[in-house]
Amino acid sequence: MEKVALFATCLTDTLYPATARATVRLLERLGLTVEFPLDQTCCGQMHFNTGYRDHAADLAVRFASMFSGYDAVVVPSGSCAGMVRHVQPDLGAAPPPTYELSEFLVDVLQVTDVGAYFPHRVTYHPTCHSLRMLGVGDKPLALLRQVRGLELVELPQADSCCGFGGTFAVKNADTSTAMLADKMRCVLDTGAEVLTAGDNSCLMHIGGGLSRLRTGVRPVHLAEVLASTEEEPWAPATR
Amino acid sequence: MGTRNPVTWLGSPTFPEAARTALADTQLRRNLRNATTTIRGRRAQAVGELPDWERLRRAGEAIKDDVLHHLDRYLEQLEAAVTARGGVVHWARDAAEANDIVLRLCGDAREVVKVKSMATQEIGLNEALAAAGVHAVETDLAELIVQLGDDRPSHILVPAIHRNRSEIREIFRAAGLGPASDDPRVLAEAARAHLRRKFLSCEVAVSGANFAVADTGSVVVLESEGNGRMCLTLPRKLITVMGLEKVVPTWQDLEVFLQLLPRSSTAERMNPYTSTWTGVTPGDGPEEFHLVLLDNGRTATLADPVGRQALRCIRCSACLNVCPVYERTGGRSYGSVYPGPIGAILTPQLVDDPHDEQAASLPFASSLCGACFEVCPVRIDIPSVLTHLRARAVEAKGRSAESVAMAAAAWVFASASRYEKAQKLGSLARLFAHDGRISWLPGPGAAWTSSRDAPVPAREPFREWWRKNRG
Ligand code: SF4
Repeated sequence: MEKVALFATCLTDTLYPATARATVRLLERLGLTVEFPLDQTCCGQMHFNTGYRDHAADLAVRFASMFSGYDAVVVPSGSCAGMVRHVQPDLGAAPPPTYELSEFLVDVLQVTDVGAYFPHRVTYHPTCHSLRMLGVGDKPLALLRQVRGLELVELPQADSCCGFGGTFAVKNADTSTAMLADKMRCVLDTGAEVLTAGDNSCLMHIGGGLSRLRTGVRPVHLAEVLASTEEEPWAPATR
Repeated sequence: MGTRNPVTWLGSPTFPEAARTALADTQLRRNLRNATTTIRGRRAQAVGELPDWERLRRAGEAIKDDVLHHLDRYLEQLEAAVTARGGVVHWARDAAEANDIVLRLCGDAREVVKVKSMATQEIGLNEALAAAGVHAVETDLAELIVQLGDDRPSHILVPAIHRNRSEIREIFRAAGLGPASDDPRVLAEAARAHLRRKFLSCEVAVSGANFAVADTGSVVVLESEGNGRMCLTLPRKLITVMGLEKVVPTWQDLEVFLQLLPRSSTAERMNPYTSTWTGVTPGDGPEEFHLVLLDNGRTATLADPVGRQALRCIRCSACLNVCPVYERTGGRSYGSVYPGPIGAILTPQLVDDPHDEQAASLPFASSLCGACFEVCPVRIDIPSVLTHLRARAVEAKGRSAESVAMAAAAWVFASASRYEKAQKLGSLARLFAHDGRISWLPGPGAAWTSSRDAPVPAREPFREWWRKNRG
């Protein structure tokens, strides 16, 4: 496989472009040609999960036709990859093979050492959809373990939900906040400087809480950790 | 339209509102966290012991699906078998009918003993009996605690999970059972003495059923304390109220469920007491046996191809114990006899009224994390049913501020140029940013910024960077 399409996701494209840039950089470093179909927008997950099935179906069909010519679509989000792979077919779409980033690296490219350098104390949160819908298992950890300079610390109660859940965070804001508080406590207990995950949505939620309390712990997407090298180390996005 | 379905509690607020109250109850949260954390670990261990757990789950799923597919046939078979062995079968369309049947069967009795049962809770049997002057005595310890405390259950298996020892002692004291300390053994002894008198004096017992075997007409109850067994053997008359879906074809099918249920619910290899009874036997056990087959929204649920899998549920409560929402808010926030993930999908279907706001709020009481599906012994895909029921709730609501916003978002996402314009507009949110963070947003964004900073939209969306650098 030499040519892949990147699905950046609407959230990352708009709010976290550094993650998409890092994904491109990483994949190109591994010898791939990356294409970014500019017509792409959103996979329809927010609509589907909130109960707006018809809108979701329209977006699913749109997604499938947009990416139809590619052998593989890579997504820096477990949750959107799960939507594409497990939900879109039920909505009448036929999406091409679509992989979350760590799955693509480990299963398709069969690499765990991507030549990264990231000299920080890091803890990893396995987001629910990566964990249960896609079953990425410890692929992200296998990748992180090969990163030079990185000190990986285990997150207590890692597999419990952070409380984001898309519109759940707004519709049930109090419950979501209670779940977030417990997740933050676990993150802080690790003494990590950086919290990483394969989903910017969950990082936006946990990171938003960590920022509100001025904890100083930074949320950094897995792609950005893996893209970082000694020659070109990771630096906070300037926005 | 008959009377309202008592599966939800009259006057309960919608989930988000009830949750707000529960979240502020520190004692509740501590009790729940301790209980669910412990049982989660034990369940994982008990399940891990079986090398064929996944196959057992698939077998459980397959048996239940077969039952649901041929429900009419199995129920008729069950009825014939029960009748042939001297039992009497009654069919109840809804809660009111079922309560009437039980009340009639109670005859002159003023007090009945009860085996813990979700079906009788679902129909509000105790309240219906009380209204007619019949006192129902719960004999399950946790159920008794709830009853004496004039409280509501908050868990399928351990209705008093939200209580700790000292609260229980206070409840027992107020009820005149007078335990001297909050030592669990002393508490249990006080309950035992109280219940023994009831077992020996009551003429009528009411039970639910975990399973009923179609080909022999046998009814099965699994329990931990043995109180059920007392109720099932001592009284003269036994009335069992059972949801239609509890039937299984043969004894051999029980083999699967007798492995799945205890490990999923109490994390035990086997539950201490498994009682089965088949019709009546002269000189042994009850002289009269009545089986009330309860519909109460089940056939309507069965008609929904996605939602019907909720009827596979064997009420093990594993999904409650792993649910992060349940763990924080407790069972009573769900305003229903069935709390937690299973409650969130079963209750709205049994209520079968999409305009009931409380019931319609339940499918949204989940972050869709999927932990419930992972543990469910009969593989109910709860997250899928949740989104399915959300779609129904949205449809019933019609036009709302949310539906307008969602339609607008879909319209924007349907075209890349509209999407790019919206990205530029969205970057206006930068106006709210200070020191690289947004701490307050107006409108619906306010719910987000009540506890979290919001991300600052990027100066340059990724697609712009792509155009400049790779395009
Ligand atoms: S839905 Fe599944 S896990 Fe939950 S109570 Fe029912 S059988 Fe158990």
